[in-house]
Amino acid sequence: MTEKTISKDKINLTKEEKEAVYKAIKRDLTIPEAAMLEVMNSEHCSYKSSRPVLPKLPTKGPRVICGPGEDAGVVDIGDGLALVFKLESHNHPSALDPFNGAATGIGGIIRDILCMGARPIGLLDSFRLGGLSDPHTKWLLKWVTKGVGDYGNCVGIANAGGDIEFDPSFQINCLINVGCFGVMRKDELALSRATTPGNKLILLGGSTGRDGIGGASFASKNITEESESDRGAVQIGDPYMKKLIIEATLEAIKAGVVDGLKDLGAAGVTCSISETADAGGTGTEIKLENMRLRESDMEPWEILVSESQERMFFVVKPENVKKISEIFDKYELPYEILGEVTDTGKCVVKYNDQIIVDLPAHLLTKPPAADRKASYPKYLNKLNRKWLPKEPKTNELNDICRKIMASDNIISREWVYRQYDTEVGLHSTVKSGYGDAGVFRLSEFDSKKGVAVTFDGNSHQCYLDPYYGGAGVMMEACSNVAAVGAEPIAMTDCLNFGNPEHPQVFWTFEKVVEGLADASKALGIPCVGGNVSFYNHDEVNDVAVKPSPVIFVAGLLEDVTKAVNYSFKAPDEYIILIGETKAEIGGSEFAKVIHKSNNGQVPKVDFANAKTIISKVVNTIKSGLATACHDISKGGLFVALTEMAMNGDLGYEINLKRVPSETERVDIKLFSESYGRFLITAKAEDVEKIIAIFAEEEIPASFIGKVTKKKKLQIENSNNEILIDLPLNEIKQTWKMRMEEEMEGKK
Amino acid sequence: MPMRVIVIQFSGSTCDRDLVSAMKDVMGWEVDLVWYNNALKHLEGYDAIFLPGGFTYGDHLRAGIIAAYTPVMKKVKNLANEGLPVLGICNGFQILVESGLLPGALIGNDTLRFSCKWTNLRIETTRSAATNIANKGDIWRVPVAHGEGRYFLDEKGLKDLNENDQVVWRYVNDNGETTKVANPNGSIENIAGICNLEGNVVGLMPHPERATEAIISPWGSEHGKFFFQSLENYFGGR
Repeated sequence: MTEKTISKDKINLTKEEKEAVYKAIKRDLTIPEAAMLEVMNSEHCSYKSSRPVLPKLPTKGPRVICGPGEDAGVVDIGDGLALVFKLESHNHPSALDPFNGAATGIGGIIRDILCMGARPIGLLDSFRLGGLSDPHTKWLLKWVTKGVGDYGNCVGIANAGGDIEFDPSFQINCLINVGCFGVMRKDELALSRATTPGNKLILLGGSTGRDGIGGASFASKNITEESESDRGAVQIGDPYMKKLIIEATLEAIKAGVVDGLKDLGAAGVTCSISETADAGGTGTEIKLENMRLRESDMEPWEILVSESQERMFFVVKPENVKKISEIFDKYELPYEILGEVTDTGKCVVKYNDQIIVDLPAHLLTKPPAADRKASYPKYLNKLNRKWLPKEPKTNELNDICRKIMASDNIISREWVYRQYDTEVGLHSTVKSGYGDAGVFRLSEFDSKKGVAVTFDGNSHQCYLDPYYGGAGVMMEACSNVAAVGAEPIAMTDCLNFGNPEHPQVFWTFEKVVEGLADASKALGIPCVGGNVSFYNHDEVNDVAVKPSPVIFVAGLLEDVTKAVNYSFKAPDEYIILIGETKAEIGGSEFAKVIHKSNNGQVPKVDFANAKTIISKVVNTIKSGLATACHDISKGGLFVALTEMAMNGDLGYEINLKRVPSETERVDIKLFSESYGRFLITAKAEDVEKIIAIFAEEEIPASFIGKVTKKKKLQIENSNNEILIDLPLNEIKQTWKMRMEEEMEGKK
Repeated sequence: MPMRVIVIQFSGSTCDRDLVSAMKDVMGWEVDLVWYNNALKHLEGYDAIFLPGGFTYGDHLRAGIIAAYTPVMKKVKNLANEGLPVLGICNGFQILVESGLLPGALIGNDTLRFSCKWTNLRIETTRSAATNIANKGDIWRVPVAHGEGRYFLDEKGLKDLNENDQVVWRYVNDNGETTKVANPNGSIENIAGICNLEGNVVGLMPHPERATEAIISPWGSEHGKFFFQSLENYFGGR
């Protein structure tokens, strides 16, 4: 090779990584080779810190078609169909440039679904930001919402749901996670593989520029005062071109002319040419001068690692090139043949007939794992798990309820989701703001079934108790899906943490994964994919984000018409509470908002009964006995009841005497966030039937009150004394409008 | 005989397949979905032409304007002038306005935000091809989803529009009143959709194709069907 080489000490790899490289190739690296290895060895691409921990998660199951390792998880949903779904972080780009960061997050996650061969039909988003009243948070929220909205709306994919948490630990390092799901016929599955030497490698879509240079590397370090200079690492999206790429790609797959397919995300062309070769047991050779460039003076290494958006990589048999070109031409999309598949096991890049890269594919795709140390975090020693708050006086309860309903993490997210098209595609039957999970029908695919999707996280609980916090997130996500009547079938995760080189941070990572894994096993839910985002760490003040797993659980309804939302439907219907309330107040909204305390017991998942409770709830809804269902989570029983009332524009009368609980304290009954609890409404004649379904397995189920026409929220204690008496409209007005007022400068 | 209609798929249309689904699966019509450049040669022989919603050309320059200058729109204009029903929904309405088939302009929402919500539409005239089975004053529940849907027209134009009975729908509250809160985008006089003088060219921002099946409406609304049934009636009545 005549290409200039770079000396060993100037390469930004660890000692172990360098050893692995030089053992394999025994010569100096060229500059493009070094750039490719650096980016593929980055945390974002290589999962080097997380890889030793992730095998704890269960990945097998009868429905699993593709598990972790592919671009997205694929599960069998019957009727010859497969559901494809994925969740990913775009934290670092969004912190610097919230509009483009969030938009290209959506762009990237859509490509992950598309490159499995599925039509993307729904999007989800999860934001973790500082306090809502903070000006920087408002700026971020305004632009990430617009980024997700503009991109998703323009590309014509409906938003199916999401979640937002506000917490000071996200002040500098916001977390922006995005998800997408799609459906396809099982026989149209496309894989990111180059299996046959001689096949052509075609690059479709946008030109390659300097945006997103080293994006994966940027995402693999902490945000510091110098991060502003990394703004060029943020990609710029073009949803209009993405829409055309989606249609062209799906048309090409239907025409049977696609042999392998890979999207260009992190590490750009480098990732495509190495992962397809390694997965197919072949090699790849490309001519760099064939790439269309946006800037003429780009260096070869920049071209190879650029993360410019809206590009797809196709592996095509030589005889199909003409046919696929005609499809691309119809959509007026640019493309070029980059090179072809070889049998060498190597990635070779030529530039004007000079070989500038000649590396074994596996060297790029399988870098060595890092050995991270874990140690018990000191902050946990300061917590008093046995703490219970001082019992509030009766005359304080109305105001406590008002405060909780107006708090950052409880108020309506309508200001955000109104900016998203929730209707396009004609799939959504339970929409944002109506149910615990989004429900999409599959009539477009000639099926009566429906899929239910949810995002869930609870950073505060994961901070206070990483193990039970992690388990709780999984239980909560499955409960969300069950509450609309869907059986949870699979999950994919996005694990957002601080700097993994800090042993105390890494300990929380290990424990969260253990909690997730144990809950997944107890619930029988396989993990079919995931993403890890480390270095969400403010090194200037040494503040790591709270441990923030975000879980995407997908569920299946055999008959989509049986799905329920959580609005109260009619006066005089009965309200039934499922599950036992425990004195688990640690990490609750009540402890945080009212008592400003981190103490107390974080809710523990009852592993032995988790699966039974979920399946009983699903069966109750399937049998048509429930008119509404809501799982109890943030804010406890009071918030869940009130959300049902607000959505149905009806009131309630509840007596706490009948709440199955290990304690008689009214504040715990009202605000504990114990898992495995649901509220179900039913007509009078169905109440006993529902209670009997749960009694079979000795799960507590109790009639606690009624829906009322009177628009009042009324709760009594065992002595029939009124504890809470609030006008529905007043509570609803604040809950519904506060975010808009904050964001539109009315506050 | 079922209606036979064409949906023109522009570069960047996103509601084309939804429109096909509503008209084919719900209404039982014969529907052809044709890429805009191929449609140039295949525009004859249909009962109506539909311009679907979406973000043609990424809304670059101004929503609908680039699509309005595609060769196929010249042909659409000729057919519209001959009396063929031409219906534009959302981005399709923007294209109709930009191509001069309908008066006025659609500018950015007054909130400066995209807005997706279910709205109430009051029928202002029954002489349009899309409302002739309704009664004046009826209210349809149909969703909107747009960032540039604020209808605007100068004073003189607005006077003519009203006098010529060209306002087809207005946004209203549950009591049928044109309030500020009921107006999702700040449209002048709460206007949601209009027609030309003859009533055969109709444009509206709300999406009737998203409101033809109760299961996908939080209100169980199938009012979007009235839009398509009106078109059937338009032919029955001719």
